[in-house]
Amino acid sequence: MDHYQPYRSFVSYIDRSREYYAAQGYTRPYTWARHDAVPFAPLPKPLSECRVGLVTTAGRTGADGAIGIGPFKRELYAAPSEPPPERLFTDDLFWDKQATHTDDVDSFLPVNRLAECAASGRIGSASPRFYGVPTDYSQSRTLQRSAPRILEWCREDCVDAVLLAGL
Amino acid sequence: MGCARDIVEECGVARFLFSDFPLGNPCGKPWDTRMQRSIVESALDLLDRAWMPRTTVQTPFYWDNDGWRDTFMRVDDGNREALARAGEERRRRQAELKAQR
Repeated sequence: MDHYQPYRSFVSYIDRSREYYAAQGYTRPYTWARHDAVPFAPLPKPLSECRVGLVTTAGRTGADGAIGIGPFKRELYAAPSEPPPERLFTDDLFWDKQATHTDDVDSFLPVNRLAECAASGRIGSASPRFYGVPTDYSQSRTLQRSAPRILEWCREDCVDAVLLAGL
Repeated sequence: MGCARDIVEECGVARFLFSDFPLGNPCGKPWDTRMQRSIVESALDLLDRAWMPRTTVQTPFYWDNDGWRDTFMRVDDGNREALARAGEERRRRQAELKAQR
């Protein structure tokens, strides 16, 4: 609908979460990453020749993993795209559980949709594995531990480009 | 691909495909394969055609209603006390787990 309004329509999660956690008694607000310089790489070859991978913030299991403690543990992993996963673990992530659900994996990790793009020739191929990166409050762990490992797995799988979808 | 526009744009990424949905389904509504296909196709287009970092493209899709915009992580007089208690409980549980390690 076209109309006028005195505020932006999309939700500011930085503002919303700061106020939410302050109401829970957390005195130091989370400080979000902000980069002045953002890297960019064009595709190395035509899309129809590229192998494309997927990165998700969803987990494979409930409590197994390397990061965090107890039920807050989250795991960095690579898992086969075929057969595609029927479910992934998202209960511990902060998404809108009132408005929607994650019963359809393709709504947050489009493993079947990407396979269709490979079958139709839109891309060269889909990576044989997809990659899971934990939602980690530590930016240094994400940069120094998770990102290099994901890159390593992508290189092992000869991936040219990845689509990352965060819950 | 994502729905938290401010977080991603503040961080800065090479290419961002934004869907103005509640958090949880950045690649399309559950079971809506046509929408999911369109979103993946748009992400691939963006991979292919963007020529500079911080390129954001918004998908043309909307959620069925806008109720989620106000209700998610809402803080008001109706839940302020419950949130304070939940925070206390969470910190207590985390301290317990830490002590068990």
